[in-house]
Amino acid sequence: MNHKEFCSLLKKNNLDFCTGVPCSILSSIITYMSGSAEFTYIPATREDEAIGIAVGAYMGGKRPVVLMQNSGLGTSINALTSLVLLYQTPLLLIISWRGYQGKDAPEHLFMGKYMIDFLKIMKIPAEILEKDVLEEQLMRASRIMEEQKIPVALILKKGVIE
Amino acid sequence: MRRYDAVKAIAECLRDEYVFACNGLISRELFAIKDRPRNFYMLGSMGLASAIGLGASLAKPNEKIVILAGDGNILMSLGTLATIGKISPKNLIHIVLDNECHESTGGQETASSITRLDIIAASSGFANSKYADSTDMLKEVLTKFLRFEGPSFVHVKVDKKRVEVPRVSLAPPEIKERFMKEFLKR
Repeated sequence: MNHKEFCSLLKKNNLDFCTGVPCSILSSIITYMSGSAEFTYIPATREDEAIGIAVGAYMGGKRPVVLMQNSGLGTSINALTSLVLLYQTPLLLIISWRGYQGKDAPEHLFMGKYMIDFLKIMKIPAEILEKDVLEEQLMRASRIMEEQKIPVALILKKGVIE
Repeated sequence: MRRYDAVKAIAECLRDEYVFACNGLISRELFAIKDRPRNFYMLGSMGLASAIGLGASLAKPNEKIVILAGDGNILMSLGTLATIGKISPKNLIHIVLDNECHESTGGQETASSITRLDIIAASSGFANSKYADSTDMLKEVLTKFLRFEGPSFVHVKVDKKRVEVPRVSLAPPEIKERFMKEFLKR
């Protein structure tokens, strides 16, 4: 799947208010959103700031998306627990998986190993995106976040979206 | 000027604006002085009041958004001032009640005795930025900024004197639901 197709899936689910901090794996998606009239993309200075922006936008009627590298999950733990989970806020997280299977630059290896566990501990449902079933995964995430008023994470490995 | 009196002065200027109050005593004082459905009390997530207010201002460009933060909150996320300046929402007013300490946790010093927050805001791209150290000045500046196109910033110097106020007695989901019911009306 290419980034345009992925973005039109987001749009189809009204997930068009986006904010985040870039990652090379997310680069084509964020560049596309930033230049598209169909999306609002707000560049944040930190991932927890992006989560704050997303929660504010949700209260104003948007279905927000936060895009980040998994390193940003570390920065975001307090925002997720003491804001998003505490106030029962739906939110879609798109998190790139650096350090997958221990094959990456050294700074990505610990978070690459622990990311899934961090999400599990916080009881944030996570789906590892796969090319063939990506549309179903997105629809499911979109439904769960709305019904349960919780954050849901989609994990993006290198090469799944061009 | 006590911070309690600054919050009271701000509350007197409010009409139909939506307010995002930061964690700690600022939310508690606003709750005690003028609780209203249009107040969002951020109980946790220290540092994120500015970001939440920014998100709300973008989702609802025709409503006025007021952010009430302390120096501890804003120093934790000075980057958000840069984000606001760059995006430049016209409907956003950011107030900082600066007592140069973390009063909620026992008065530990912050850096704002040195940092000129009003100048940081102005140089980050806020359209208006003013300093106030009396309730009269604060009311005058805020009344003006509520009419002006923003983003606007008010740096309010307050004393370290603490007034005892109760905790916010609403459950967090209730704060959000009550706020959204008003915010999504039009």
